[in-house]
Amino acid sequence: MSRPTLAVWKFASCDGCQLSLLDCEDELLAVCGAIELASFAEATSHVAPGPYDLSLVEGSITTPHDALRIKEIRAQSKTLVTIGACATSGGLQALRNTRDHAAMLASVYARPDYLETLATSTAIADHVPVDFELRGCPIDKHQLLEVVSAFLHGRKPNVQRHSTCLECKMRGTVCVMVAKGQPCLGPVTHAGCNALCPTYARGCFGCFGPSDAARPVPMADRLIALGTARPVVERLFETFNVAAPAFREGAARARGDAPPKDHE
Amino acid sequence: MTRTINVEVLARVEGEGALTLVLDGEEVVDARLRLFEPPRLFEAMMQGRACTEAPDLTARICGICPVAYQMSACHAVEDALGVTVGGELRELRRLLYCGEWIESHVLHMVMLHAPDFFRVPDVTALAALHPERVRGALQVKKAGNAIVAALGGREIHPINVKVGGFYRAPRRAELVALLPDLRAALDEAEQLLDWTSTFAFPEFARDYELVSLRHPSEYPMNEGRLVSTKGLDIDVREFREYLREEQVPHSTALHAQIVGRGSYQCGPLARFVQNFDRLSSRAAAAAARVGLDPSCRNPFRMLLVRGVETIYALGEAIRVIEAYVPPTPAAVPLPMRAGVGHAVTEAPRGILYHRYELDDAGLVTHAQITPPTSQNQRGIEEDLRAMGPTLAKLSLEDATRHAEHAIRNYDPCISCSTHFLTLTIEQRRA
Repeated sequence: MSRPTLAVWKFASCDGCQLSLLDCEDELLAVCGAIELASFAEATSHVAPGPYDLSLVEGSITTPHDALRIKEIRAQSKTLVTIGACATSGGLQALRNTRDHAAMLASVYARPDYLETLATSTAIADHVPVDFELRGCPIDKHQLLEVVSAFLHGRKPNVQRHSTCLECKMRGTVCVMVAKGQPCLGPVTHAGCNALCPTYARGCFGCFGPSDAARPVPMADRLIALGTARPVVERLFETFNVAAPAFREGAARARGDAPPKDHE
Repeated sequence: MTRTINVEVLARVEGEGALTLVLDGEEVVDARLRLFEPPRLFEAMMQGRACTEAPDLTARICGICPVAYQMSACHAVEDALGVTVGGELRELRRLLYCGEWIESHVLHMVMLHAPDFFRVPDVTALAALHPERVRGALQVKKAGNAIVAALGGREIHPINVKVGGFYRAPRRAELVALLPDLRAALDEAEQLLDWTSTFAFPEFARDYELVSLRHPSEYPMNEGRLVSTKGLDIDVREFREYLREEQVPHSTALHAQIVGRGSYQCGPLARFVQNFDRLSSRAAAAAARVGLDPSCRNPFRMLLVRGVETIYALGEAIRVIEAYVPPTPAAVPLPMRAGVGHAVTEAPRGILYHRYELDDAGLVTHAQITPPTSQNQRGIEEDLRAMGPTLAKLSLEDATRHAEHAIRNYDPCISCSTHFLTLTIEQRRA
């Protein structure tokens, strides 16, 4: 029986999430024994034609060409999983969505006319149906291995959707917000990193994006009540998951704006 | 007769780009390395952000060398704020950089570049031929990643780096726990270098201007003057006066050159050639054993230089950890003020320049980031032009393979240069 085929695709991103696979030093050769790397430009010059059993997609859609390319990849993929903040929410580069894109281009490039880009950076799920989204900036390699092995065994990935705050409590770390008054997005951030930052004496900065049932408005209010300046709270919500609806809501609250219209 | 090769994807590089080569007989009449990674506009995104956010935000330019971005960002912001970080905190930064050099160099040597020498598509095929060497190399890579994870919190986009130092200084026991694997990795790295020295390196050399940092007493990582093999010797604050970027139509990366002189190369070869006397005795002995000395100008042999630097970085990491006493506090205070700050640090692929202008609240009003790959892009094109006679003698398949191999010498990080490689060779023959 032939091995299932894996394809890895890159859109606008830093390469870090696909690198997570190459960082599995102990597991990489076993993984490559269980699947066929059918297309993974960073790792192999071997390219097999589709269709592919599993596609991992990294990065966000920022060019007209990429908006077409993702549709072709979807058509060639039995299962499509997005990996990382860029693919699941548009990434840090989605900061352009609320700024003057032409002015941003002109500030970096002398000849913006040489470039073909969209005024927005958007998640893959805004363009095609996605079977599973793995969060993180970057993703956690153990979660990635879980998703790939769940796929190989035809089961649902065991990936928790609760908050980083709960992970932190389970880990027994002293709360940086309660004990030290540090701003922390743990209560509204998706689990997956095992509440890493508080173990390094810093508050969570939301790199896994919003958790299920996140309540960004009380979060913003609490941070402001703790004495965090409003622009600091706004910037805290506006990093790698700036375009995630719940984080947009938190940022809007910090600014004192009405909540974004497209979010219930 | 005209022949054209289209390779849709240049594999085993970080990020996305393309190459067009037009050959007329033995002459390459056009060489264009196109980096068409979608522009993410980091310099524009930095405007209006707090300077203290620079290490976390600019790390996202590159998942392969985030530590380099964090180091250049920290040093440039500290320069603007008039802050100096010394002592044990400075040593910890050096340790973190050692971790990234090790994991990035071994990733490139074994997973991205070595398959070229065996005409195999990837590391898994290579592992079928040389299982012990590949397993050993993965252990070295893992030891590098373990440093970044212990000190930085995680391998990719570490969370413990801040302007002024660290959020939390590791306990001595946390670092000492790394020592057994680092010592074992040092022996593996020696074997890895000896194995790679048996590879068939194509003969090629050019009269490069090689640019790197030079420090009074150390093999350069975070600090030094910017020097070249053709007489450049400047303070990093003068970077923009001597090294200029320009935009070219075929690439989203900006091309760099030395004002009045043309292209230059940075990276492991430039560091090695100009800082050979700053290597540890063990790394220098390893270089001598495999026939590397500062006269080397063959970019194919950069694979070996990475091996020597890996041995150096492992030894340096062991030195820092053995002498480590946790610093208190873990970061120096940051008095906010308006100013301009510059920094150049040695990313695994070469010099990485950051420059920030800050207002009096410490918000970024202007940012410039010049990564190593955009500095090397022009020289890579010149290498390919110079390879015309060699390429003309090869079959189109082998010429394509050779050109891709030559590009990989530089371990181009196209994500960094803020870009996908498709290779096109057009052959014009009478």
